[in-house]
Amino acid sequence: MQIKKRVAVVGAGMTKFMRRAQETGKELAFEAVRQALDSCNMRIEDIQSVALGSAPDAFDGVHMKGEYLLDGAGAWGKPYSRSFVGGGTGVFSLIHGWWHVASGLFDTCLVVAEEKMSSCLPHPQTAFLTIFDNMIERPLGPNLIWIFALEMQRYMQTYKIPKEQIAQVAVKNKRNALDHPSAQIAQKVTLQDVLNSEVMAYPVQRLDISPVSDGACAIVLASEDVARKITDSPVWIDGVGWNLDTTYWTNRDLYFPRYVANAARMAYAMAGVRNPRKEIDFAEPYDPFDYKELHHMEGLLLCRKGEAPKLTAEGVTERDGNLPVCPSGGLLGVGNPIAAAGLMKICELFWQLRGEAGKRQIPGDPRTAVAQAWGDLMQIGTVVVMRG
Amino acid sequence: MSKHLQKPPGVPLREEDFEAQRVLSVMYRPKMRYSWATGVAIGRFLKGLRAGKIIGTQCAHCRRIVVPPRVFCEWCFRPVNDWVDLPDTGIINTFSVSYISTDTTKLKTPIIPAVIEIDGTTHAGFLHVIGEAKPETLKIGTRVKAVWAESTKRRGSITDIRYFKPAEWKP
Amino acid sequence: MTTEPIRVEGDFPVYFRYTVGVAGEKFFREIMENGRLMASRCSSCNLNYLPPRIYCERCMSRLEEYVPVENEGTVEAFTITHQDAEGNPLQEPVGVALVRFPGAYGGLVHRTIDVLAIGDRVRAVFKDKKERTGSILDIKFFEKIS
Repeated sequence: MQIKKRVAVVGAGMTKFMRRAQETGKELAFEAVRQALDSCNMRIEDIQSVALGSAPDAFDGVHMKGEYLLDGAGAWGKPYSRSFVGGGTGVFSLIHGWWHVASGLFDTCLVVAEEKMSSCLPHPQTAFLTIFDNMIERPLGPNLIWIFALEMQRYMQTYKIPKEQIAQVAVKNKRNALDHPSAQIAQKVTLQDVLNSEVMAYPVQRLDISPVSDGACAIVLASEDVARKITDSPVWIDGVGWNLDTTYWTNRDLYFPRYVANAARMAYAMAGVRNPRKEIDFAEPYDPFDYKELHHMEGLLLCRKGEAPKLTAEGVTERDGNLPVCPSGGLLGVGNPIAAAGLMKICELFWQLRGEAGKRQIPGDPRTAVAQAWGDLMQIGTVVVMRG
Repeated sequence: MSKHLQKPPGVPLREEDFEAQRVLSVMYRPKMRYSWATGVAIGRFLKGLRAGKIIGTQCAHCRRIVVPPRVFCEWCFRPVNDWVDLPDTGIINTFSVSYISTDTTKLKTPIIPAVIEIDGTTHAGFLHVIGEAKPETLKIGTRVKAVWAESTKRRGSITDIRYFKPAEWKP
Repeated sequence: MTTEPIRVEGDFPVYFRYTVGVAGEKFFREIMENGRLMASRCSSCNLNYLPPRIYCERCMSRLEEYVPVENEGTVEAFTITHQDAEGNPLQEPVGVALVRFPGAYGGLVHRTIDVLAIGDRVRAVFKDKKERTGSILDIKFFEKIS
């Protein structure tokens, strides 16, 4: 593949993540864009193209959400497109924008991700019903959490993982989020709190799950020559990857996300990362459920299969550990406005790699990091490697 | 960190803000209904269930047998024409014990959803539920057998199999 | 001969509650309380957005200045609809107009009680104040100014 231009992230912005926002989806998008532009002293005239990511239309309750969000996303009169790969959308939207610049087509691109899930009643989860097959699954009365419970059970039994080790992820991420000004459900919870929380679908309990959220994020991308004029500290997108497994979720090996590994290998190869365990300084894997952070650490080849729970229990993934994971607080702590949650992880890489993460800053001047999201019918891995 | 990020924008609301009409909002209830064509393969599968049979397909190229059946093989990307009658026995690939229903209301008696792999199939589990079982006795690999609805009550639906129950190993 | 079950019936059992948003609160409360239309102003682009937005789509600056807009405008486009949203015939046809307002960028689509021509002058007719709820339906319809 020929990449014509090296691409940098030069600006980032985000709204609060909230259970219910007063702002409309357009207004949320605007707030994130305004922050991102201000963060790098750019004007909307300096932006040549806009890449939008937003997940199912049925959350916002607005059909053709891409078109609806256009003005709030700063795309009036510009080349504009929307990408959508379910939960993987947030990280994929960056890949989508990266492509615009890496191809040489544009020197700058604004990446925007928005979700307003609170519009959907009686519960946003109801909008997930039709991801189940209408003929052979929906008549059984499924609930979205079933899929995660079934996957988590398969993962736990395959590697004989105690639930305590998985629950430790929820404790860590909700605590990390206490230092994130946008966080929705940052809190100090104990291991016992998680283990005693309501059983939804065993082994999934209430505190294993990220919340329903409204919010938006935005990122400004620039080609190398332009980026160096904008900032002294661009953060480089050195590798991107994405991959999909079969759409029959019940056919997959639920204990290991092979599609994430394939996406990670693609991104690492592009970034020249030969040994991710040594070369990756910190990671922001997708954590809508606590076990998913572990599943994805293994998919990202940051440890051996089945090893992530043990590393977590040993404190390796704490902010001051050897491999900090979700220093932002993740979806479990900051919140989960689907597409925006993925782009929040890119924002975190940007701030951490520039040493601008404030109280969340990882010690030791991190240089190389990976972010990942997961989605569609639980079958896509989207991966980005960035360097400061 | 940029000064803009110390106080991120956004006005969080509570449910009471709507009830007390402190904020204005608009309700919309779509009236859409759908009618989905089952297609060739699932149509034949559902017809088989009505007759008390589990029908799958086999790819002539890679020999993989799948159920529910498909008219093409996603591995080989070739058409599939070989229909096979399968036994109504298999194993549990994974299972859960769900205390919530489809619409997230709480259940006193839990449902046990499971991925079932029918004997003879390869990487082709499908979703169903387990009955006549104590959750604590189940594990991955437990053998199960279909419990069918009475033939007069079967109507060509996945629920023509009421559930799968733990079964003895019969080679 | 087809006795195969060939169709599966179903629904999508969700409904929605949309907040009117930050700019929407100003717009609809002004209609509800004062029977008046309000636009948000971008002084650098010299545009008054109706309905108002919290940002200018041209320069993406934040808009905080609101200006009143006359309740009288001009018909930009007009149609008469004989079917409801589900395609059922209406007993009484309904006139629908896109109305533009002097000095405002944008406009409103609303019902009319008159048969109109493009270029006709029309006026917003509001419900009685006690019946208003902060909705676009607080405007009953647009009527022709003779």
